[in-house]
Amino acid sequence: MELLVASAIGILTAGGIYLMLRLRTFPVILGISLLTYAVNVFLFASGRLSIGGPPILRDGVDFYADPLPQALVLTAIVISFGMTAVVVMIALGAYLGADDDRVDDPVDASAGDAT
Amino acid sequence: MSLFLIVALPFFGALLPGLMNSAGRQACAGLTFTVSLAAFIGLLTNLPAVLAGELVTARVDWIPSLGLNFTLMLDGLGFFFALLILGIGLLIIAYARSYLSRDDNMGEFFTYLLLFQGAMVGIVLSDNILLLLVFWELTSLSSFLLIGYWKHLPEGRQGARMALTVTGMGGLSMIGGMLILGQIAGSYDLSVILQNRDLIQADPLYLPALLLILLGCFTKSAQFPFHFWLPHAMAAPTPVSAYLHSATMVKAGIFLMARMWPVLSGTPEWFVIVTTAGLITMVIGAVIALFKHDLKALLAFSTVSHLGLITMLLGTGTAFGAMAAMFHILNHATFKAALFMSAGIVDHEAHTRDIRRLGGLRHLMPITFVIATVAALSMAGIPFLNGFLSKEMMLEEATHTVLFGSHWLVPALATFGSLFSAAYCFRLIGHTFLGPVRDDYPTKPHDPGAGMWFPPAILVVLVVLIGVAPFLAEPFVKLVTASVLGEAAEVPKAYFKIWHGLVPALFMSVAAVVGGLLLIAVFKPALRLWDAAPRPEAKTIFEALIAAVVALAERLIHGLHNGAFSRYGAIMAATVIGAGYYAWATGTVGAPTREMQDMTPMAVAGWLMLAAATLGMVFLHRNRLMSLILIGIAGLMVSVGFVFFSAPDLAMTQITVEVVTIILLLLALNFLPNRTPVESTVMRRTRDAAIALAGGLAAMGMAWHFLMRDAVTGPISQFHLANSYKGGGGTNVVNVILVDFRGFDTYGEIIVLGIAALLIYALTETLLSGPVRARLLNRKPDQPRAGDMHPTMMVVLTRVIMPVVLMVGFYIFLRGHNEPGGGFIAGLVVSIAVVMQYMASGFSWASARLRYPYHGVIGAGVLIAGLTGIGSWFVAKPFLTSDFTYVRIPPFQEFELATAALFDLGVFLAVVGAVMLSLESFSRLARRAHVKDPEHPMDIDPSRDETQAAAVKEGV
Repeated sequence: MELLVASAIGILTAGGIYLMLRLRTFPVILGISLLTYAVNVFLFASGRLSIGGPPILRDGVDFYADPLPQALVLTAIVISFGMTAVVVMIALGAYLGADDDRVDDPVDASAGDAT
Repeated sequence: MSLFLIVALPFFGALLPGLMNSAGRQACAGLTFTVSLAAFIGLLTNLPAVLAGELVTARVDWIPSLGLNFTLMLDGLGFFFALLILGIGLLIIAYARSYLSRDDNMGEFFTYLLLFQGAMVGIVLSDNILLLLVFWELTSLSSFLLIGYWKHLPEGRQGARMALTVTGMGGLSMIGGMLILGQIAGSYDLSVILQNRDLIQADPLYLPALLLILLGCFTKSAQFPFHFWLPHAMAAPTPVSAYLHSATMVKAGIFLMARMWPVLSGTPEWFVIVTTAGLITMVIGAVIALFKHDLKALLAFSTVSHLGLITMLLGTGTAFGAMAAMFHILNHATFKAALFMSAGIVDHEAHTRDIRRLGGLRHLMPITFVIATVAALSMAGIPFLNGFLSKEMMLEEATHTVLFGSHWLVPALATFGSLFSAAYCFRLIGHTFLGPVRDDYPTKPHDPGAGMWFPPAILVVLVVLIGVAPFLAEPFVKLVTASVLGEAAEVPKAYFKIWHGLVPALFMSVAAVVGGLLLIAVFKPALRLWDAAPRPEAKTIFEALIAAVVALAERLIHGLHNGAFSRYGAIMAATVIGAGYYAWATGTVGAPTREMQDMTPMAVAGWLMLAAATLGMVFLHRNRLMSLILIGIAGLMVSVGFVFFSAPDLAMTQITVEVVTIILLLLALNFLPNRTPVESTVMRRTRDAAIALAGGLAAMGMAWHFLMRDAVTGPISQFHLANSYKGGGGTNVVNVILVDFRGFDTYGEIIVLGIAALLIYALTETLLSGPVRARLLNRKPDQPRAGDMHPTMMVVLTRVIMPVVLMVGFYIFLRGHNEPGGGFIAGLVVSIAVVMQYMASGFSWASARLRYPYHGVIGAGVLIAGLTGIGSWFVAKPFLTSDFTYVRIPPFQEFELATAALFDLGVFLAVVGAVMLSLESFSRLARRAHVKDPEHPMDIDPSRDETQAAAVKEGV
C-alpha cells in the first residue's frame, strides 16, 4: 500500500512539473493544481498510512490515524482553492488585456530559449 | 537617569522634528536641542558612579535563546564617547540652526541627526555585541541619510552611496567576526567576552574573527585602503561633516578597537595589521590633505590622517599607546569640530571653500580667524594647545615601536606624517586668512552671527584650556584608559605636562614644525610636482569596481530570470531536485522499521485511475476541456484515497473544493481559448519531461522512504488525541485541532482566504472599468450556445434541492465537533448550493435575491471568529481558549455547547463569503451586452401568459 501512495505522489508531481513548464497559462494552472494534490497527499502521508482508524474518538478504541497532518492539510486544501482562484483571475485578466495567454515575457523570450 | 532612557531619548525625539516641521525652524531646532540636552544631562547624572569606578548597567532579556539581550553598560570608555557624541551634538545642533538655509527642510535634517545620535549612543553603551551590531548598522543607515541630505546634489547622492557601500560591507564582515567571537567566548555579552582574553587568543578562529572585526572597524574609521569614502562624504552639509567626522561616525571604528582592546590586542597579528594600517593612513592622509584646495576636503584628509594616528597608537598594544590614543581622541574631537565649523562659516559667508580663491579673511572675519587659527595650530602641534600634548605622546610612543624589525621605521614615518600635518595646518591658516584682502570673493565675507561662531568658540576654549593646563584632563583620560585596558594592563604612571625635557619626541616635534614651515615656503613648486605625478583616483576605481559587480550580477540574474516563467520554473525545479539529491547522497539512511501493508484490489483500481488521469492530462493537455475533466478524476481519486486512509474530514473537504474549483475553471475557460497550440520544440519537451520525471522520482523516493520508517521522535499528536475530549470537548480530533488547539492558525487562514476573495473582486472591478470591458461586451462566443440557457428541469431541481442542501450543510456544521464535518466543509457545501442557483436560474435572478453582500459575510465571519477569541480574555485566558458545557433542554437529549462552535461559525461564514465572492466575480465577467439578461428564472414558464412568452422568445 505504501508503494501505491508513494508512486501516486510521484506521478502527480511529475505531471504537475511537466504541465507547470508549459507555455500557456491554462496548463500551467492545472500543473500547479496537480502539484497541490501531490503536496497535500505528501503532507498527509507524513502521518503514516492507517486504514480503518479515523481520528474520531470512540470508547474502547485506541487505534487512530495521526490527526495533526489531517488538520494541516484540511486548511491547505481550502487555501489552495483561494490561491487557484487568484491565479486564474490574474491569468484571465492578462489574457483579456493582451489577447495572449503566454506565460513568458514576449520581448525577453525572443532573446532566450523560451519560444 | 536610566541608560535605556539615554539611548531611547534621541530615537523617540527623532519623531518630533519631522512632525513639527510646520511649527517653524526655531521650534524644530529648539526641540532637537532639548531632546539632546535631556540625554546629555541624563548621562551626566551617571557621572558620580562612573568616577567612582562603578559599572552602570541596565538589562532586559530580548531573545535569550539567541543570546540577544538588550543589555547596556556604562563605564569610563562608554561615558567618554557618549559625552563627545551628545556634547558635540548639542553644539552642532545650535550651529546647524544658523547654517541651514530657508530652502532646507529642517525637520527632516534634525530627524536624521537624532536618529544618528541615538544609534551612536547605542553603540557606545551596548553591553551585548549583537545589540551593538544592530546600532552599528543603524549608524550606517542614518549617516547615509545625513550625507545624502542635499538630494539635489549628485555628489551628495554618490557620496552617500559610497559611504553606505563601504561601511555597510564592513558591517557585514563585522557581523561575521562578532558571531565567531561570541561562539568562542560562549556568550554575546561584552562583559563576559572581555574577561576571556586567553581563551579567545588561543582559539584557532581568533585570526578570522580579528580580520573580520578589523575590516568593520577600518571601513568605518576610513583606514587605508578604505579611506576614500570619507572625503566624498564631504558633499554633506557642513554640520553633518563636523559631527560625523570629528566626534562620531568615524570614531565608531576606533571605539570598537578600544573596546575590544583587552581581548584582541597584544598579539603579533594585531600589532602588524593595526599599526601598519594606521601608519600608512596617517602618512597618506597628511600628504594628500596638503594638496587639496577645498577647505573641507583638506580637513577630510586630515581627519583620515588623524584617525590613522589613533589607530596606530591602539595597534602598538601598549598601555601608554592606548592612553595616548584616548587623549588624542578627545583633542581631535575638539579642534576638528571647531575647524569644520569654521570651514562651514567661510563657505557660508564667502560662498566658496576653494583655498585658491580665498585669502586675507583675517581682516574681514576676525572672530572666525581666531577660532580657526587656534584650532589649526593645535592640530599642527604647537605648544600650549592640546594637539601638541597628544602628538608628543604619539611621537614618544613611536620611538619605542619596532615594526618589521626596524627601530627607525615608525619614528621616521611618524615624523614625516607630522611634518605634512603641520604643513597643511599652516597652509589652511596662511592661504585662507593671511595675505592681502582680495576683491574677487564670490560674496564679500564678514563674521556671521553668534549662533554660528559661538559653538566652535566653546571648543576652542577647551583646546586652549587643556593645552595650558593638561593636568585638568589627566584624571579623566586616565579613567577612560583604565576602562579600555580592563584587566589586561595597568594605567601608565606618566604625567600630562607640557615640558618633558629634551626627549627625542621634542626634537621630532620641532623637526615636523620647522619642516612644515619650509614646505609651505616651497608650496608652489611642490604643488606642480604633485599635479604632475600620476596617482590613482579612488572614486574611479570604486565606481569601476561597483560597475563590474553590477554587470556580473546582471549577467547572472538575466541568465536565470529573463522574463520567461517557463525558464526559471525549470531552473527552480532542477535546483530543488539537485539540492534534494545532494542531501540524500550525503545523509545517512536507516533500515526500514515498518511493514508494508497489503494492497487491496480496490486500492490498485483507484491508483490506476489516478495514474491514467494524470498521464492523460500530460498527453491530452492541449484539449483544455478534456484536461479539466481529467483533473476532476484525479481530484476525485485523491478524495477517495483520503477516505480509504482514515481521513473522512479531508475527503469531504477535498471533494467539495473540487466541485467549486472545477466550476471556477469552467468559468475561466469560457473566456480562454479552448485549445493550447503546439509551440515548444521536441527538445524542449524532452528536457521538461526529464525534469518532471526526476522530480516525480524524487518525490516518490522521499515519500516511500518515510512511509517505511517510523518518525525519529514520537508525533506530538498523541497530546491532541489525549486532550481532544478532555480539554476541547469534542471527539473529532481533526476538528478540535482546527478550532481549538491550532485555532490561531485557522484564524489566520480564513483571513487569507478572505483577502484572496477580495483580491479577485478588486481585479474584476479593475477589468470591468478598463478597456477590457468593451472587448468583453462585444465578445463573440467561440462555441455554439445552448438554446435553452435555463432548462426548466434544472431550475426546478435546484430550487427543490436547495433547502435539502442547506439542511445537510447545517447538519455537517453541527456534528463537526464530534463527527466528520465542521465549518470548512459546511461552508463549501452551502456555497455549492448557492452556486447551483446561479447556474440554473441565472445571475440576475440569483443576485436579486441576495440579501447580504459577500464582502459582509466574509467580514462577519472573521469578526465572529476574532471576537470569540477575544472573549476568552474576559475570563483571563489566552486568546482563543475554548470552553464548553453540556445542557439539556427538554424534550431534546443532552447536547454540548462550546465556544469552539462559535469560532467554527466564523470559519463557516468566511468560507461561504470567500467562495461565493470569487465565483460571483468570475460570472460578472460573463455578462454580455448583446444578450439581455433573462429577467425570468425560466425561459419557458407555463404560468406566464402567451404574449409575454412570445415576446421573450423573439428577443432571444
